[in-house]
Amino acid sequence: MVDRVENWLGRAVPRFEDEALMTGNARFIDDLSPVPGIRHVAILRSPHAHARIGKIDLEPARALTGVAGVLSGAELAAGLEPLASAVRAPMSYFPIATDKVRYVGEPVALVAAEDRYLAEDAIEAIEVDYEPLEAVVDPIAAQQAGAALLHEAVGRNLVHQRHFIYGEPDAAFEAAAHTVELNWRYPRQSSTPMETYGAIAHFEAAPERYTIWSNFQGPFILQPLMARALKIPGNHLRLISAPHSGGSFGIKQGLYPYLVLMAAASRYLGCPLKWVEDRLEHLSASSSAAARADGIEAAFDANGMLTALRFRNCVDVGAYVRAPEPASVYRMQAASNGCYQVRGIAIENRLVVTNKTPIGLNRGYGGPQFYFGLERAMEIAARKLKLDPAEIRRRNFLPASAFPYDAPGGAVYDAGDYGKGLDMALELAEYPELRARRDAAKAEGRLFGIGLAAGVEPSGSNMAYVTLALTPEERAKAGGRSGGLAAASVSIDPSGAVTVHTDSTPAGQGHATVAAQVAADRLGLEPKDIQVITAIDTQNTAWSLASGNYSNRFAAIEIGAIAESADRVANKLRRIAGEMLEVAAEDIELAGGWAHVTGAPEQGIALARVAAASHWHPAGLPDDVEPGLNDITMLSPAVLGAPDEADRVASAVTFGFLCDLAAVEIDQDTGRIRVDTYVSVHDVGRILNPIIVEGQIRGGFAHGFGAAMFEELIYDDSGNFLSGSFADYLCPTAPDLPEVKIGHYETPSPQNPLGSKGMGDGSSMLAPAAIANAVADALERDDIEVPLTLDRVWRMANQVGDRG
Amino acid sequence: MKPATFEYCRPDTLEEALAALTEFSDDAVIMAGGLSLGALLNTRLARPDAVIDINRISGLDQIELRGGMLRTGPLVRQAEALNSTQISAALPLLAAALPNVGHYQTRDRGTLAGSVAHADPSAEIPLCLAMLGGEVELSSSRGRRLVGAGEFARGALETVREADEMLTGLLWPGVGGPAGVAFIEVSERQGDFAIAAAAAQVRRDGDTYHYTLGLGGIEDHARLDTGSASLSPSEFGEIAGQAADGLARQLEPMQDRRASAAYRRHLAAHLGAQALEQAFTQASMEDSS
Repeated sequence: MVDRVENWLGRAVPRFEDEALMTGNARFIDDLSPVPGIRHVAILRSPHAHARIGKIDLEPARALTGVAGVLSGAELAAGLEPLASAVRAPMSYFPIATDKVRYVGEPVALVAAEDRYLAEDAIEAIEVDYEPLEAVVDPIAAQQAGAALLHEAVGRNLVHQRHFIYGEPDAAFEAAAHTVELNWRYPRQSSTPMETYGAIAHFEAAPERYTIWSNFQGPFILQPLMARALKIPGNHLRLISAPHSGGSFGIKQGLYPYLVLMAAASRYLGCPLKWVEDRLEHLSASSSAAARADGIEAAFDANGMLTALRFRNCVDVGAYVRAPEPASVYRMQAASNGCYQVRGIAIENRLVVTNKTPIGLNRGYGGPQFYFGLERAMEIAARKLKLDPAEIRRRNFLPASAFPYDAPGGAVYDAGDYGKGLDMALELAEYPELRARRDAAKAEGRLFGIGLAAGVEPSGSNMAYVTLALTPEERAKAGGRSGGLAAASVSIDPSGAVTVHTDSTPAGQGHATVAAQVAADRLGLEPKDIQVITAIDTQNTAWSLASGNYSNRFAAIEIGAIAESADRVANKLRRIAGEMLEVAAEDIELAGGWAHVTGAPEQGIALARVAAASHWHPAGLPDDVEPGLNDITMLSPAVLGAPDEADRVASAVTFGFLCDLAAVEIDQDTGRIRVDTYVSVHDVGRILNPIIVEGQIRGGFAHGFGAAMFEELIYDDSGNFLSGSFADYLCPTAPDLPEVKIGHYETPSPQNPLGSKGMGDGSSMLAPAAIANAVADALERDDIEVPLTLDRVWRMANQVGDRG
Repeated sequence: MKPATFEYCRPDTLEEALAALTEFSDDAVIMAGGLSLGALLNTRLARPDAVIDINRISGLDQIELRGGMLRTGPLVRQAEALNSTQISAALPLLAAALPNVGHYQTRDRGTLAGSVAHADPSAEIPLCLAMLGGEVELSSSRGRRLVGAGEFARGALETVREADEMLTGLLWPGVGGPAGVAFIEVSERQGDFAIAAAAAQVRRDGDTYHYTLGLGGIEDHARLDTGSASLSPSEFGEIAGQAADGLARQLEPMQDRRASAAYRRHLAAHLGAQALEQAFTQASMEDSS
């Protein structure tokens, strides 16, 4: 084996994607017009949270000039199967309402017209008789006897419940020297990408085929689900992603019911259809992170060692359990010890339907909610046990010698050194001085507090973790599930130019740049020489159930497939070059665009000529070398096995670590939180490109800070939606964000040949907990919930009640 | 979020604009910066028969001195006002308020007059105009009239403007002598509409301080208090606190999702006192010659 010359990986290579973005040349879904005769869709949506649909009169809309067609939900759903989910309860979920509407914004009818303006005019002409029903808004009240039912056939709003025990938590609680308990609500939030959902659906009758261009981001496990809903074989449904995506952060997973809707409507109306979601539609009816009504109990021994945890998770899923839900509550389960040694864990998961938009992927997916409980509990325990919050964490961290670590819930933590991360965070925060400043401020009566949070970052999901929603018996009956596939392809064309295909559908993360860095090192080229195609076409590119852009999958798994595919092509080049130069393949080195004999750079041949030989002169190839240079690699990390009978599962392939520290001062008169210090330290394994890593960390922090301070999708008591614009749903803007001091260190992952771990969720998971902990310290109270709005903080700082 | 159909008029002269207003007498809107109007149109909350875009009319962007008053035309952008030395010299209160209005980008488009015409109770510019005792100039094909800033807004988003009238200018009385000003607001994010805003202007005449205190965002229109007192600097804090408390106690604060009535009332007193004390202090240091 030749020593690989790795020049590009780890370097701050500027992102190739940015030129198109900065010069206005990026092409997004709304820029595409791939077929002639496209009509534009507007969707009539429910103004009611909960109502029975009576008569719908479509005729006034059909009569308008420029209208190509108008379809009701009942007409459209008649040709569809319901969309499947992992929760087995009699709830039919169609992409459009049929007999009842169950949330404000639920699609009711659809208009296609010559342009979107006319389509919206026609929407207004549709008359619908609604019989309003009592709305179910609160997930706890929803479970009480007598609550209105969303799905009558289920008979209750609690649609899923499972209990899990790992280790011996009850014994640990009995023996505990100290316990802490916390109950709280976590609000609905959204990651609000700049670009909303968009799709162009084109039905062709002969041969029957649906082609859909969209900014769907995967997971492509949803492609067979869509095909099933359309009652067609998978190869009749061709999904093509737009060349660029204007951001996703997970939420574009929730686009898939609309793809089914547009596909079905294109067939009914006999024309290609384009729908681009507007901001009101996006905020009210696309998807959101889960609201939760959770509780946690933690048991400690006299030394402050965490001995057991009990989680009571109650997920407000909205009106339907839309796949891949209930994954949000199961994503952290296998790693529910966080970064700690605790072995006794009890978990109760409840899913409750309410009259709100269905939940789905959003940055951190289940992580922010999980860490809000665990890391708030650690902070409260520190105060109760009179330990420094840093010290209680340090005592409980998994030691650096523990890796690979088999966690109670079955996660296998690949590599880490958590104490080092904490040390770095404390150093960056100048912790002793910071504590002294806090104490001095408190002595003056000022409201100053410090909060910590630490956690692991699961990346590269096992597609089977969501089957924890089934009992082991149900899983056995359903057949085996495991793995997290990745597909990549590296090819060299007759001119000698290299193309890499990834299956990661990025939404701004810079995958093309990093893929080019990886392939360049392995092929002895420069990244700029390599064309990277990140758009998936399910008919023409390699993909799998796991393809897509979620769970920090790229640097955890996909990168390994790219490296493997490039290695295979490189090996073939060495074989051919070896034959040409009359040396063994092992003696060929690829560097600087040349294949040359190791140690004798003057004996070489241009790589393009070697590659050309495989195309132009197959008869001249070594006997056992096949013509062409076009590799497709598909792999699944061996660690991602099936869930076992004890409900343990290796839920993800890499587990990065992060530690955040916040120091805040609250103005008692205005409730304003001023962030004095914010530190965020990350172990993402080997850093593949520091520019991209830093960008991801800052973006993750912005999402976490927004969630902590401002963001909430608000419904009133009747289920009316109140956050339909960016004047109502407040995201932080640049001047609102405090400075973040970032620290890095690396513990390379053994799970891929590059040593990298997935990253990107980052502080979106920890900032709400860290900031809440700091506010709790400042106000010396435990009942802290987010978002920490001015009015809410002012009340807490002044002991003013809700009705004050 | 596409607007309903409307006639789009883009007149080249003021006369044409006023004629168009008369023609669509009951249902036309003027578009200047379009910052609030654009969203209202797109959400179909506003469905006018006609939108009259005045951006092509020349001469509407003038800032001029007229008999001790500064007159700003209807196309004076917030950014231009913020950069105007005439405004910073004659209207230091407005200059202090403008950085709180929207963002760098929106100020480039938004106008002073548009903000007054829209009459959002938490907007900064109408608060300043009311504080300074300014006037709103309304024109129609019938003629021209002036309305005092205090009488212009009838409530949130409601004004005394007749359907055929256009806001053709704002008249800002200069401060006339050494003055101290302060503008303080609390909003969730930089550039958001104020949950509460306090503006103070103090003119000093020897040891006598003539003050105006204004509070915005608390009720559906700006609330003012004026007074005069002979003060020594050691009394500034106490007098400012009393004045702000007195005004805050008379208020019936709005209650919405953003903020409770209790929080607004507290902010009114707190910000009012802060602003007035700052203005007293600044006035005391101005040369009264």
